Amino acid sequence: MLHLILFTGFGLVCVAGAVNLLVQRHPINSALSLVVVMGALAAEYLLLGAEFVAAVQVIVYAGAVMVLFVFVIMLLNAGEEERTQGSRVALLLGVPGLVVGSLLIAWVLIHRSGTEAVRVGALPGYPKAIAQLLFHDFLLPFEVTSILVLIAIMGAVVLAAKPSQVQQGKKEG
Amino acid sequence: MTPNPLHLWLIPVLPLIGAAINGLFGKRFSRRAVAAVALSFCGAAFVMALWVVSRFSSLSLPHTETLATWLRAGSFQADFAFYLDQLSLVMLLVVTGVGFLIHIYSVGYMWEEGGFYRFFSYLNLFMFFMLTLVLANNYLLMFIGWEGVGLASYLLIGFWFTKDSAASAGKKAFIVNRIGDFGFLIGLFLLIKHFGSLNFEQVFQVAAQQPVETAGVGLLTTIGLLLMVGAAGKSAQIPLYVWLPDAMEGPTPVSALIHAATMVTAGVYMVARSHVIFEHAPTAMMVVAIVGTLTALFSATIGMAQTDIKKVLAYSTVSQLGYMFMACGVGAFSMGIFHLMTHAFFKGLLFLAAGSVIHAVGGEQDMRKMGGLRTRIPWTFWTMTAATFAIAGFPPLAGFYSKDAILFRAFVSPQGSWVYWAIGVFSALLTSFYMFRQWFLTFFGEYRGEPNHAQDEHSSHHSGHGGIHESPKVMLIPLVILAVLSVIGGWVGAERFNAFLSPGFHGHAITKLVAPGPEEAARMAVENRAIEHLELGLTFVAVAAAASGFFLAWLLYYRRPQLPQEIARALGRFYQAVANKYYVDELYAVLFVEPLVEGSKNILWRGMDQKVIDGALDGSAQGAREVSDSVRRMQSGNLRSYAGWVAVGAAAVIAYMIWMGAR
Amino acid sequence: MIPLSYYLVLGGILFACGVAGFLIKRNIITIFMSIELMLNGVNLSFVAFAAHWHALSGQVFVFFVMVVAAAEAAVGLAIIIAVYRTRETLNVDQVNLLKL
Repeated sequence: MLHLILFTGFGLVCVAGAVNLLVQRHPINSALSLVVVMGALAAEYLLLGAEFVAAVQVIVYAGAVMVLFVFVIMLLNAGEEERTQGSRVALLLGVPGLVVGSLLIAWVLIHRSGTEAVRVGALPGYPKAIAQLLFHDFLLPFEVTSILVLIAIMGAVVLAAKPSQVQQGKKEG
Repeated sequence: MTPNPLHLWLIPVLPLIGAAINGLFGKRFSRRAVAAVALSFCGAAFVMALWVVSRFSSLSLPHTETLATWLRAGSFQADFAFYLDQLSLVMLLVVTGVGFLIHIYSVGYMWEEGGFYRFFSYLNLFMFFMLTLVLANNYLLMFIGWEGVGLASYLLIGFWFTKDSAASAGKKAFIVNRIGDFGFLIGLFLLIKHFGSLNFEQVFQVAAQQPVETAGVGLLTTIGLLLMVGAAGKSAQIPLYVWLPDAMEGPTPVSALIHAATMVTAGVYMVARSHVIFEHAPTAMMVVAIVGTLTALFSATIGMAQTDIKKVLAYSTVSQLGYMFMACGVGAFSMGIFHLMTHAFFKGLLFLAAGSVIHAVGGEQDMRKMGGLRTRIPWTFWTMTAATFAIAGFPPLAGFYSKDAILFRAFVSPQGSWVYWAIGVFSALLTSFYMFRQWFLTFFGEYRGEPNHAQDEHSSHHSGHGGIHESPKVMLIPLVILAVLSVIGGWVGAERFNAFLSPGFHGHAITKLVAPGPEEAARMAVENRAIEHLELGLTFVAVAAAASGFFLAWLLYYRRPQLPQEIARALGRFYQAVANKYYVDELYAVLFVEPLVEGSKNILWRGMDQKVIDGALDGSAQGAREVSDSVRRMQSGNLRSYAGWVAVGAAAVIAYMIWMGAR
Repeated sequence: MIPLSYYLVLGGILFACGVAGFLIKRNIITIFMSIELMLNGVNLSFVAFAAHWHALSGQVFVFFVMVVAAAEAAVGLAIIIAVYRTRETLNVDQVNLLKL
């Protein structure tokens, strides 16, 4: 029972945050709603017993990626989106459409899946167990993704740097 | 292989080499060199033919020589092989002999024409094809010769191709020939299908074992009729004769060689060669006889009203070819060949002499503008006189023997009938009439032409010749030789000729061959005497017909020259019709030519070619253009439309996967 | 006991919101955030299935998704900065030099 209440509560927070992301006109508001969504999702993960994933969600996703987003928004100083006719039409059509679509998916899924239930903490996601998998079975993907991150860092630095900085960097280095 | 090969293949190949040399290099040679090449190769073929004659009695007949394998498809085989028997020997001598004489004549006749080397190249090429036709041992090789002589005829008729009428005449000859060849080909296909071979020996062996088809139309009758269609095309019989008068556009030696002596006789040769098939198909033989007889009469009537000296001879050729087919149709194949030989002599001579006359009067061909040439060109006159009396059938010249033999056989043969004989005699009368009409108009009376006339046949450098003059010796010598042959050519006699050829006809000659028993002999002796009396009587009638023709012509064109005009006016429209060759060409134009041309223009060209083929091509290009025009809008440069497309595509993939999972 | 489908429905709703934002929004950064939202929805499905089928590799996969998402966000934002420098706008409709 408690499980259900918690699930519904955090679920509503997720959905509210997602809808807010759509509705808000200023990107910083959308970013902050997204942070809220991610936090609620972390709670959902905990309900499913995925402790490590929940922690990583908060630390990496909400704590690093979203902070990056907020930094960039503030750096570029993007303003509000104007209300054009197209966006009004989109809101008019899109929001009800979204609601209808979601209800449809929900109905289909609920009717088709039956009543298999997931217990709270059904599969405890201990860090130790995950680490076991990560460094044994999934070692290669792990190493590849670490190289991916390295390349992403280098790419980001090169792409975002001012052109003169890059030249100076090249001349000096 | 044969023990002592005669190298028969050399006989056709020698003129081919001459044609190649003249054709490829002749442009750079002098006229003397071109003439020397052409004459030497043609003469060599003639000498080889004489040599073959000298070795003939030591050969076992029929004598076959295979040069090389040609076609082999399953059980069907056709080779480059040559066949020699009495029939092909006669044809060989006629073709090479008369051909050689005409080559000599052409040197003089064409001396001042442009394209001298081209003419002799074509002439030698013609000899090659004709000799292939005559010496072939299977229908397929004969067909190559058949087609080849058609080609040579087209090239030579249209020799002065810058002249529209000549080019059209060449085309007409080739196309009408082709129609005949169509029938011929289908006949050949039937032969392949049912006899499995086209070799003469094999086909005739099988055919000889078939029963005689008396009831209706069987296989052999069909084949015979189809072969006759081919022969009608090549030898200008009804209804495919229309090309021969137009073929007079070519130079006169061409008319002499191809359209009198040799090419047009190919059809007769082919029918004679296929006699086994015809003898087993009486209906086909009857058709041959009827076609021949009708053609003989029909073209004789047209010949009476012609004014061009060469056109008279053209219609006369068609008529005489009709006689040859009549002979084949009543079973007297050897008589048909006999007449072929004598005809080659006197008709060739007639054409060459006409050429000499035309040369003398500076290019004029209308007989109404000639006259009184007897004293001015005596050699031409006397040789042409011999030929005219020969063709009319006066004894003791060549034409008498052969024509009389045909008429007699037509009367007595089991497949013959007195109707054929009667029409034949009447046509002989007409022949005599129009030939002597030509004789009187050309050589007697007053000269009606303009002095120094330069006309179409020769190009303009003839005008400077200055007056009526005899032809040079190089043209006269062949005339004299042919005149001698026209006189003595028939003296071998029909019986001896028949006896010579009949082994080649596998003993299928008509008259008195079987050795009888005693009472048989007595009865036959009585019969023989009766037949001899009959033959004498019929001969008398034929000669009388010839004489009356002569008399009529003398009356109308010498004694009372104003009479023909009055008669023509009295006959009015009928005369007009005859003079316009019964409007046959116009009829064909309306019935066949115009519908074909219109059909081709509207249905095939505008409908099929432009709309369907071009339309499909252009349409597919247009379609590709339109499709890419609409598809390129997807790449709009607008980021959000890309996003939209991505979303749509992803949704489609997911839906498909759900659907697959649900199955 | 919560049926599996509830989690999937929630994940689906988040994904749908992400798609809607991706298509509707004109600010490039907001579009990026919608992409992150989509990824989150997917992560939720993964974890739910991992719990349902008792397969821990589902959670490992989520880990990898997050890593890749972080890398992608970093590079993408760097590109956005570069584009902003040249085009002076974050409106995606105005980055249209390739337009017909």
